[in-house]
Amino acid sequence: MSSILDLFRRRPTANLARERLQILLSHERASAGQEGLIITLREEILAVIARHVVVDRDQVQVKVERTGESSILEIDVTMPIPRAKLRAASC
Amino acid sequence: MAKVVVVTSGKGGVGKTTSTAALGAALAQGGERVAVVDFDVGLRNLDLIMGAERRVVFDMINVIQGEAKLTQALIRDKRLESLFLLPASQTRDKDALTGEGVARVIAELRQSFDWVLCDSPAGIERGALLAMHHADIAVVVTNPEVSSVRDSDRIIGMLDSKTERAERGERIERHLLLTRYDQARAERGDMLKVEDVLDILSIPLLGIIPESQEVLRASNVGAPVTLNAPVSAPARAYTDAVRRLRGETVEMSIPSDRVGLVARLFGRRVA
Repeated sequence: MSSILDLFRRRPTANLARERLQILLSHERASAGQEGLIITLREEILAVIARHVVVDRDQVQVKVERTGESSILEIDVTMPIPRAKLRAASC
Repeated sequence: MAKVVVVTSGKGGVGKTTSTAALGAALAQGGERVAVVDFDVGLRNLDLIMGAERRVVFDMINVIQGEAKLTQALIRDKRLESLFLLPASQTRDKDALTGEGVARVIAELRQSFDWVLCDSPAGIERGALLAMHHADIAVVVTNPEVSSVRDSDRIIGMLDSKTERAERGERIERHLLLTRYDQARAERGDMLKVEDVLDILSIPLLGIIPESQEVLRASNVGAPVTLNAPVSAPARAYTDAVRRLRGETVEMSIPSDRVGLVARLFGRRVA
């Protein structure tokens, strides 16, 4: 909810703009010319996993978090337990 | 030796056309022979900003396709006899603007002018690439706002890789023109400062054009702001920028229109 008091409480925003730009542009400059990198990494990592387990591609989540010094690439692969093993465990 | 300048930005609406008109007029006011060239096929506006919209007969695509001579397509400014406009086509297909055709037109313009100013379309597509391709100098128009700065960074990368000079292994001269700058808001911390933008983009500063109602007034009447309101803050800023473009050393300042207490407190601090 906003009130007249917010006008006095407002913080300057230019610093945040500057920081966001610096982080974004450092990543964009570094990744110029390798647009398909994340797709390539996902495909190759999934290929390795698929050699050992069955992967449902709809259950793969890819996330990227870009920070000042680095990027974190997260690939979450949900691996269903094969039915045969489920039965064996419940016996 | 003619100089070809591209006025570019990536983002639309930051003041490329306004700046092309103002810089072109200021150069001509200084006695230079100037051609301003609209590269925005389909969405031409330089004719309107220059007040020549009713005199457009032929355009660059007519010249490229041999339907008109360059001298027939160039429109002489009514106020400055050494200022000419080459309009973009409003109706033709963008593909009619060929790389080879543009090269011929620019080469011919180089023969008869001191300065050729190319007003780039927004974006990073073919039209923008053609506008920058033959440039010796780039003026990167940027607003103190995150999306504009980001797009300028992209354009600077393209200037360094996709221009004729870059392909020859030479460097293209690049300058930052910061437009719509509001000194008071920057002082309050609510707008990126000149130094912030310079830090991020790391290219030399050509000028700071203050936010001013004179820019809209000039476009309303169809005259470059340096002609319509020569002593206004933006006109003085453009005139200083042109002197720097010509190689003069001019101390950087942010001209101000404001008078009274506010101007004394904020307006002239970074003079």
